[in-house]
Amino acid sequence: MDTESILTLDGVYAGYGKMTILHGTNFTVPRNAITTVIGPNGAGKSTAFKTIFGMVRANAGRIAFEGADITNLPPRALIERGIVYVPQGRNIFPQLSVRHNLELGGVAAPAQLDLAGRMEQALDRFPVLRRKANQQASTLSGGEQKMLEIARSLLLEPKLMLVDEPSIGLSPLLVSELFSLLNDIKARGVTVLMIEQNAKRALESSDYGIVLELGQTRMFDRADKLLADPRVGQLFLGGTMKTTKGAA
Amino acid sequence: MNARNIAIAALSAVVIAALLAAPYALKSYGLYILSLWAVTTIGAIGLNLTLGYAGQISLAQGAFVGIGAYCTAILTTKYGYPLPFTYLVAFVSCFSIGWVLGYPALRVEHHYLAFVTLAFTTLVYLIFRNEEWLTGGVSGIGGIPRPVMFGYSLRAPAEFYYFCLANLAAISLAFWGLIRSPWGRAFVAVRENPVRALSLGVDTRRYTLIAFALGAGLGGISGVLLAQLVQFIDPSPFSLTASLNLLLMVVVGGSGYFFGPFVGAIVAVLLPEWLRFSGGLYLICYAILVMVLMAFCPTGLIGLAGRFLKPVSKPAPVPAREQTT
Repeated sequence: MDTESILTLDGVYAGYGKMTILHGTNFTVPRNAITTVIGPNGAGKSTAFKTIFGMVRANAGRIAFEGADITNLPPRALIERGIVYVPQGRNIFPQLSVRHNLELGGVAAPAQLDLAGRMEQALDRFPVLRRKANQQASTLSGGEQKMLEIARSLLLEPKLMLVDEPSIGLSPLLVSELFSLLNDIKARGVTVLMIEQNAKRALESSDYGIVLELGQTRMFDRADKLLADPRVGQLFLGGTMKTTKGAA
Repeated sequence: MNARNIAIAALSAVVIAALLAAPYALKSYGLYILSLWAVTTIGAIGLNLTLGYAGQISLAQGAFVGIGAYCTAILTTKYGYPLPFTYLVAFVSCFSIGWVLGYPALRVEHHYLAFVTLAFTTLVYLIFRNEEWLTGGVSGIGGIPRPVMFGYSLRAPAEFYYFCLANLAAISLAFWGLIRSPWGRAFVAVRENPVRALSLGVDTRRYTLIAFALGAGLGGISGVLLAQLVQFIDPSPFSLTASLNLLLMVVVGGSGYFFGPFVGAIVAVLLPEWLRFSGGLYLICYAILVMVLMAFCPTGLIGLAGRFLKPVSKPAPVPAREQTT
């Protein structure tokens, strides 16, 4: 792969207590692209994200972001460097207003940043959120809540966005909307690394794919090549795959 | 600015005007009670930060008020330090002790944390009572001076009352700024869901400790003023009852609401005076009122007011736990 990389995992070991999940994981994330991590349950996809984001400790190995070592840095330091993380499931604060939720994306903002201006920009980009800015966030629909999370994570204009299973619990129509939103985000110069259960749909909207199994990288290639690879089809995409659709 | 904000602004203006005019209408006892209200409110604002915004229950606020009061009493009467210096000492000591007391909060939650802070309050009370060489024991410390500003003594009830109000105003403004700042927003995020807050880059450990420390520091300031107000300090006002009372004020007023402590302190400080006509029934009335309120309106009096004000604003639901504006 001749593209410039933004994030590199090099022989990372991590897990929970005595249970090791990542067994020397290696992978590289190309800059200004959407890369999807796929793999069976328990492959260590979410653990890899949590380890990158400093929420699970790496016991060995090295994680580098833009060439600098970021292994085991706390989340705040990573946000300051331009990495954001949108965890799996619902991550809004349901009792707080939509605006307050959005503002929380700026907690780690440097003092000189014009947060109010950023808030306005975010609300302009997501008119639904502006309309409901003063409502309790729990009143948003599932898709709007995911949008709020994404808007919140974009508030500090990150360079790399880690998104864990964004499509979970969304209707097929919203999933398409979400993936096109991620493509917009990429167009604005943000590198996206996501995990998806819905591997086929995700790969169709991605540039690259990583196949993770038992805490190790099995494959890394262009998304369309992975889509066409019969092994991937058998392993993760639910049986045979005759598609030759080169959608991206 | 919607109708709700205008209503609140108008009400605040009336209340402030009434507070400023109070010395023309009240005798010294009335002013003493109003000063006590202002002083107590400051302590309750501190606890509101710890409990209401950061979600950490503390039964130690009374102890911090005590530490602030004893700092003032000892430094002014025994060593003759000027009052501004005692502010600094009281705030810094309470802030540091509060910070340390916050460490258990990183490990234990809810009523367990209440037990830890309860133990602390008991310990502090015992120190006040037993360490006679320092605190004067049960006989206390008398003759605490009142401030002199620009050569103008604030000894008289009216002057000292204005001094207390000015303190309250300054602290309220600072607190208002704090909760509007990204910092204040983050406190609430920690209360609502620490893990989600962490994923947004909120250092939950540090915020929990700061919430404790700042809350304690404000308790200390409240103590400094209390010592000057009463001019005599003994251990009894700083027993566990004081901490429970402050907790009650925050909860009854509306925990997590900016105006909660102000209203809560009215209930705790002024209401007993108004209920005096009932004689021996006073405590029963008071208890029943608090129980009814907690049963039917767990968000406190401010929450109750918010319910009535809701139809005035847009049909959009008012954020239930967000503080009122």
